Amino acid sequence: MTPGLVQHPLAGTAAEFVWALPLLPLLGFVVNGALALASSVRIGPDNPATDAHPAAVPDVAGPAPTDAEGAHPTDAAQAPPVVPARPAFRTLVTVIGPGVVALALALAVAIFVAMAGTSPTTPFVQTYFPWMWVGDLHINVAFQVDQLSMLMVLVITGIGTLIHLFSVGYMRDEPGYARYFAYLNLFVFFMLVLVLGANYPILFVGWEGVGLCSYLLIGFWYSETANADAGKKAFIVNRIGDYGLLMAMFLLFANLKTLDFVGVTAAAGDLVPGGVLVTTICLFLFLACTGKSAQIPLYVWLPDAMAGPTPVSALIHAATMVTAGVYLVARSALLFALAPVAGLTVCVIGGLTALFAASIALTQWDIKKVLAYSTVSQLGFMFVAVGCGAYVAGVFHLVAHAFFKALLFLGAGSVIYAMHDAYHAAHAHGDAQDMRNMGGLRRRMPWTWALMWVATLAIAGVPLFAGFFSKDEIMGTLFERARSSTLADAHWLGMPGGTILYALYGVLLVAVAMTAVYMTRLMIYTFHGVNRTGEAEAAALREAPWIMTGPLVVLGILSAVGGFLNVPTFFPLHGAPPELLAQWLDPVVGPAALRVTHGIPFVPDASTGVTLGVVAATISILGIVLTCVRLRTARPGADAVPGRAEPAYRRILSHKYYVDEAYDRVIVRPLIGLSRTVLWKGVDGMIDGAVNAVAWLGRAISRIGGMIQSGQVGTYAWVLVLGVLAVLGAFSLLHHA
Amino acid sequence: MLPESLAISAILFAIGVVGVLTRRNVIIVFMSVELMLNAVNLTFVAFSREYGFAGQVFVVLVMTVAAAEAAVGLAIVIANFRHRHTVDLQAIDLLKG
Repeated sequence: MTPGLVQHPLAGTAAEFVWALPLLPLLGFVVNGALALASSVRIGPDNPATDAHPAAVPDVAGPAPTDAEGAHPTDAAQAPPVVPARPAFRTLVTVIGPGVVALALALAVAIFVAMAGTSPTTPFVQTYFPWMWVGDLHINVAFQVDQLSMLMVLVITGIGTLIHLFSVGYMRDEPGYARYFAYLNLFVFFMLVLVLGANYPILFVGWEGVGLCSYLLIGFWYSETANADAGKKAFIVNRIGDYGLLMAMFLLFANLKTLDFVGVTAAAGDLVPGGVLVTTICLFLFLACTGKSAQIPLYVWLPDAMAGPTPVSALIHAATMVTAGVYLVARSALLFALAPVAGLTVCVIGGLTALFAASIALTQWDIKKVLAYSTVSQLGFMFVAVGCGAYVAGVFHLVAHAFFKALLFLGAGSVIYAMHDAYHAAHAHGDAQDMRNMGGLRRRMPWTWALMWVATLAIAGVPLFAGFFSKDEIMGTLFERARSSTLADAHWLGMPGGTILYALYGVLLVAVAMTAVYMTRLMIYTFHGVNRTGEAEAAALREAPWIMTGPLVVLGILSAVGGFLNVPTFFPLHGAPPELLAQWLDPVVGPAALRVTHGIPFVPDASTGVTLGVVAATISILGIVLTCVRLRTARPGADAVPGRAEPAYRRILSHKYYVDEAYDRVIVRPLIGLSRTVLWKGVDGMIDGAVNAVAWLGRAISRIGGMIQSGQVGTYAWVLVLGVLAVLGAFSLLHHA
Repeated sequence: MLPESLAISAILFAIGVVGVLTRRNVIIVFMSVELMLNAVNLTFVAFSREYGFAGQVFVVLVMTVAAAEAAVGLAIVIANFRHRHTVDLQAIDLLKG
C-alpha cells in the first residue's frame, strides 16, 4: 500500500472480491450455454399446437366464448397424448443455474456485512484494466461498491435466487431447460454489471446486456410468431431510449471530460444550476429511463413482453431490469438535483404513467397483462419520487415493489402452471392466462391464494405491509416538495412547479385507488367465486410443487415486513428503528436531496405525514372493500358479451387507449412506407446500380481482351512481324533523322 | 561477293516469313522457320569471310539449336495430330481466351 494514501475502509474486506459477483452468473451462463448447445438437437416444441410448454398462449384480445367448450369430448379424443421428454442435463443445470446466483447472493451478503461494519462515506472503486483510452477519454473496466449499488445487488441476487428456484419447477418439462437457465444467468450477470459499473459506459454495457437477455427471454418460445414479435418490439423500442443514454454520455464527456460516477459527482459543481446543459443531459438520461423502465411514451413494449415465461416476467420485467431507470436517476441524483425542470418532467411523466397504466389495468382479462400494467404504474410512482428529489423513497419503493411484484408474478405463474396442467390433464385447449377461465382457485391452491393476497395488500398500500410505507413515503415527500423545494420554485411549460406537484399528488391518490381496485379484481376473478375451468379441469387443479411455493413463501414474508426497512420517524411503532434505508443511502444520495430542499435537511412533519398516510390508506382499503362488494356477484365476461353496447370509456380502456394502434399508424407504417419507397427503391437502387456498373465494366474489358486472345498462332505471328517491322522502321527513321 | 550473298539470304528469309504467315499446314510452317534460320546462317558465313572465324562458330550453334527445336516441334505436332487428327493451324486454338 502506498504510504500517505488514506486507505478506503472497505480495502481488505470481502468487497475486494466484488469482481466475483458478476463472474459467478457469467460462469453459469457459459456452462449452461454449453450444455444447451450440447443438447440443442431439438430446442423448442416440434409443433407449437401440441403445447409442450406452459403458458405460451397468445394474447386473446377479445372475448373467447368458446373457451368453455374446450373440454368437449370429441376434442379430447382427437388430442394426441403429449409425453413431455425429460430435458437433457436437467440435474446439472438445476444445480448450476440457481447455484451460481445463490453463491453471488452469499458474497453480496458478505460485502454488505463488511459495509455495515465500516459504513464508508465514499464509494469503493476497484479498477481492473483500461478499456478505452483515446485522447482525453479514459474509460476503465471498474466496479464501484457503495450503498446504492450494494442494495441493488442484494435485490438482484436475492430475488434472482428465489426466481431461479421457482423456474426449476415452472420450466421442469421445457425442452430448452438449459438454454433458459443460460439466458437467466446471463441476465443476472449483465444486471450486476449495470449496478456495479463505476462509470456510465460500464453501466451502458449492462444496460444493453439486460436488454439483450430481455429480448432473448421474451422470445424464448420463438416458434410462435407473436412471441418473437414481442421480443423484437421490446428490443427496438429500447433502442430509442438507448439513444438518449448515448447522447447524455456524449454531452457529459464533452463538458465534464469524465464519465466516472466519482468524477461526474466532483465536476457537477461546475455546471450552471438549472442551466440548459444540465437540463438537456438529464432529459436525455430520462429518455433512456422511459425506454428501459417503460414510461410514457415508450412503455408499449412491457405489456407485450409478457409473452415470455412467467418467472422471466417476475425477474426481468417487474423486479430488476425495469427498475434500472430508477437506479440511473438515483445514480445521477446530483445532476437531476441541478436541473429542476428536468426533475419536474420526470415527475409529470411518472405521475401520468402511474395513472394511465393503472386505468388500463382495470379492464384487462389476461392475468399477466394486469400485472404488467400494474408494473408500469408502480414504476411511475418511483419516477415521481426520484424526480422530485426523494431518492430514498424511490429506491425504497423499488425494493418493496421488487418483493411484492415478484410475488404476484410468481403467484400468477403458479396459477398458470396449475391451469395449464389442468387443461393438459383434461386434453383441453383453453387460455390458461385468461381470468375469465379461472375462478374459485382458492380451495385448490390455498398457499398461492394466501400469499397473493399478502402481495395484493402490500401493493394496494394497506397499513403495515411493504407498499404502505414505501408509497406513503413517496406521497409524503412529494407533498413536502410541493411546499418547498427547488422544483416548486421552477416553472414547467409556464406553470409553477408547486402547483404541478400538488396536482401530481392528487393524480397519485387516484392511481392508489385504481391499484387497489384492479388488484382486488384480479384476486376475486382468479381465486374467488365459482370455478369456471370446467369439471374435468377442476379435478386436476392442484397446488404447485414446493420448489415453486417455497420462493413464494419467502417473498410473502418480505412483502409483509419489507416496509420496516424505512419506517418514518413519526410512525407510532415503538422499538422499530426508523429510517434505516434513509441512513444507509445517505452517503450516496444525501447531498443531492439536500440541494433540492435548499440545503435544509428534510424532516417530515409528523401531523402532515400521519394525515397523508391515513388518507392514502383509507382510499386503498375503501378501494378493496368496494371492489369486493361490487364483484361478489359479478359474472366475468358478462360485460363483454357481443351485441351488448359497451360503454365508450370501457372500450377505450380495454383497447389500452389505442396507443399501439396510434403508434402503428403514425410511426411504424410511415417508416415502413418510407423504407420501401425511398430506401429500398431509391437509395438501394442507386447502390445496386453502382455495383452493377462496375461489374458490367469488368465484363466489357474481358470481352475485348478475349477477342485478342484468339488462340490462332498465325495471328500471333502476324502481330509479331508487324511489331518487328514497326520497331525496325522506327530505328531506321531515327537513324536517318 | 558479299552483297550477292546477303541478297540471297534476304530473299530466303522473306520467303520463310511469308511461308510462316500464310501457310496453314504446321509442317510447312516448320519448314519455313528452318528456311529463315538457314537464311541467317548464310549471312553468318558470308560475314565470316570478311570479319573472321566467329560467324562460322555461330552457324554450328544455330544448326544445333535448330535440330533441337525441330525435334521438340515435330514431337508436339505428332502429339497434337494423335489427339485431333489434324495439322491445320487454324484448327489448333486451345489457348483461345
